[in-house]
Amino acid sequence: MHVRDKPQRERLEAKAVNSPEAHQPLYTPRKKIFPKRASGSFRRFKWLVMAITLGIYCLTPWLRWDRGPFAPDQAVLVDLSNSRFYFFFIEIWPQEFYYVAGLLMMAGIGLFLITSTVGRAWCGYTCPQTVWVDLFLVVERAIEGDRNARMKLDAGSWSARKLVLRVSKHAIWLIIAAATGGAWIFYFADAPTLIGEVFTGTAAPVAYITIAVLTATTYTFGGLMREQVCTYMCPWPRIQAAMLDETSLTVTYNDWRGEPRSRHAKKIQAAGQLVGDCVDCNACVAVCPMGIDIRDGQQLECITCALCIDTCDGIMDKLGKERGLISYATLSDYNANMAVATAGGSRPVNPSLIQTADGAFSDALAHFHFRKIFRPRTFIYLGAWSAVGLALLFSLLTRERLELNVLHDRNPQFVRLSDGSIRNGYTVKLLNMIPEPRTIVVTMKGLHGAEMSIVGIDLPADRSFAIPVEPDRLKMLKVFVRQPAGEVRGAAQTFKFRVEDKASFESDEYTATFNAPETVR
Amino acid sequence: MSDEHIDEFSGVSMTGHEWDGIRELNNPLPCWWVITFYVTIVWAIGYTIAYPAWPMLTSATKGVLGYSSRNDVRNELAAAEVAKGKYIAAIEAKSISEIAADDALREFAVAAGGAAFKVNCVQCHGSGAQGSAGFPNLNDDDWLWGGNADQIQQTITHGIRFPSDPDTRLSEMPAFGDIITADQIKQVSAYAASLSGQVQDAKLVEPGAKVFAENCVACHGDNAKGNRELGAPDLTDAIWLYGSGETDIAAQVRAPKHGVMPAWIGRLGETKVKELAIYVHSLGGGE
Repeated sequence: MHVRDKPQRERLEAKAVNSPEAHQPLYTPRKKIFPKRASGSFRRFKWLVMAITLGIYCLTPWLRWDRGPFAPDQAVLVDLSNSRFYFFFIEIWPQEFYYVAGLLMMAGIGLFLITSTVGRAWCGYTCPQTVWVDLFLVVERAIEGDRNARMKLDAGSWSARKLVLRVSKHAIWLIIAAATGGAWIFYFADAPTLIGEVFTGTAAPVAYITIAVLTATTYTFGGLMREQVCTYMCPWPRIQAAMLDETSLTVTYNDWRGEPRSRHAKKIQAAGQLVGDCVDCNACVAVCPMGIDIRDGQQLECITCALCIDTCDGIMDKLGKERGLISYATLSDYNANMAVATAGGSRPVNPSLIQTADGAFSDALAHFHFRKIFRPRTFIYLGAWSAVGLALLFSLLTRERLELNVLHDRNPQFVRLSDGSIRNGYTVKLLNMIPEPRTIVVTMKGLHGAEMSIVGIDLPADRSFAIPVEPDRLKMLKVFVRQPAGEVRGAAQTFKFRVEDKASFESDEYTATFNAPETVR
Repeated sequence: MSDEHIDEFSGVSMTGHEWDGIRELNNPLPCWWVITFYVTIVWAIGYTIAYPAWPMLTSATKGVLGYSSRNDVRNELAAAEVAKGKYIAAIEAKSISEIAADDALREFAVAAGGAAFKVNCVQCHGSGAQGSAGFPNLNDDDWLWGGNADQIQQTITHGIRFPSDPDTRLSEMPAFGDIITADQIKQVSAYAASLSGQVQDAKLVEPGAKVFAENCVACHGDNAKGNRELGAPDLTDAIWLYGSGETDIAAQVRAPKHGVMPAWIGRLGETKVKELAIYVHSLGGGE
């Protein structure tokens, strides 16, 4: 009778691959990890994040955005052959690549901001590596079963059953990988057209090569290499030490509460000794996709996916103890609580200092308060992030969609004509950066008495020409400017080319130089 | 290895190599590394069979795939020739005015002519076709022998004063140093300079006009506007091939220099000459 009242809990034989007791040579074969299924609020949040990120990735190319008859109607499109990038209402020409550079800066600073406040949330929730590994683990569990079944299958000798399970798992992985690669190519061409071409074998070779490469990398990284990508290939774990400080939230094992851990708490308590909340069930190790033991402290491998929090909370619930033995905590809170539990560090952890016998915690314990997020460091990151963002936004809202580039002929710099007048040649490029045909008026400002003529336009020399320009295209003109000898003032005179769209009042100017010999006559 | 070759600290066996007390451990290479290493060896063997690789005495093994980088270049050049072929054929078949009227063809001819110009013409006319003393500037609107595309083509085809071409453009101004007096030369030079607006001593210009009327109008014309049939330059404009000052003009009257341009038809062929004519015409002074 008495035994039944005890909470039932599973005890798992799990051991951290990087535990200090384990001998770690410099080169070592991988120790296989069989993450157990976790459940809890963080797991649910991760499912949600996975659905959203995968949804964005797969569906974005299929969104339509009407830009009129002269531009593609795909909302997000990287048009490499025409060197244009379309993002909803934004169209970017190659010379405007700084927008992409700015977005990368924002992504970098944003990553700093997030990491310094809530640790490696990017790694644990949204990194493609994490999302795809999660997805691949779903497949693995569905086919081979949860941790124990998988370990048994892996240890067992090859049989027909094992072969079937393994082949089907890898086949589904490959299908997912191919779908991942397949989804990528639609960002680079009209998706509805391309999907037909892909399945009829008429798409460009580069499409198939891209799918093949991404299939291979997705399958290898997400299916075969998994945590090794994070541990060995990714630079972010190395940078995290610089990003985290004592007020960053990280997944923490609160050993001020858990120690001394014991599997035989009742027995030890009965013997009159102190025992912490950790029952050493190893559930936190078993669910860890990185295969580490969070109780060893914050470590390079930890992607802060919080699955250990979920599973430990579940155990605590079963034991009737308060949740949060493993929790998001800051180093300063942890240190403060550790000081309480160890009476200022003078003694080993003593549970009686923080907890009464009926489980109530001491008032001296520190708890996280959201105000700790607001500190100079996060304000600086936020400020830098907003500054870049606002600068991009400002530049985007005020950018010119009509541009003018002028190249002065250098050889010869000037030509003397038979009536003594001086002629200079210019290559004038008109950039109509909107997807509508326009008539651009090119005018000369300054350079007294001079007139221009444009090659290919059979009109008498004038100081102003109306030039039709195709939608979203560059128009190159060869312009000859001629100034009568009597008007020439000096060897280098400046004047302006001005382009204007009379309909939208957009305009641009370019200050050009007009060269003449030192002595005109 | 015996037990004494096991490192106490790491438990790894040692190679037995020791330098100043530093002993080398015999850590095995990771499996993936070793496999990759062997794969590269196998790959290399296959590669050297498939592709040209092993040096022989005078050449190298050809490789079973028959690959050759020289062939690649040849093929690329041939492909470029094929791509240019339709334009070249059209230029060959069409007259120069037809070429000029066709945008795509004209663009091709300007590019091809520009390339040919850089090889054949820049030595005299300069890299920007800007000329120099004695070598005409092709950018301007002053043409000794005519500035429309047909006339330019004619000039390039047969050259100027080129002895071995019977159709070459030919004219020669006499050396007036033997015909008129030194004073008359001075006078006519002052007159000629005054024609293009240069201020001159009226005492020289007036008799100069008389000398001009007696000796020069046959070629340069009554109004000194020149004669393109004879390549006689217009003396009233601002462009002076051999210098515009009175001294330069006098030197040219006394003992004229005559430029020579080779006939290019034999060397370049008709198509290239057409391309060159279109290019020169496009420089800004074409008529």
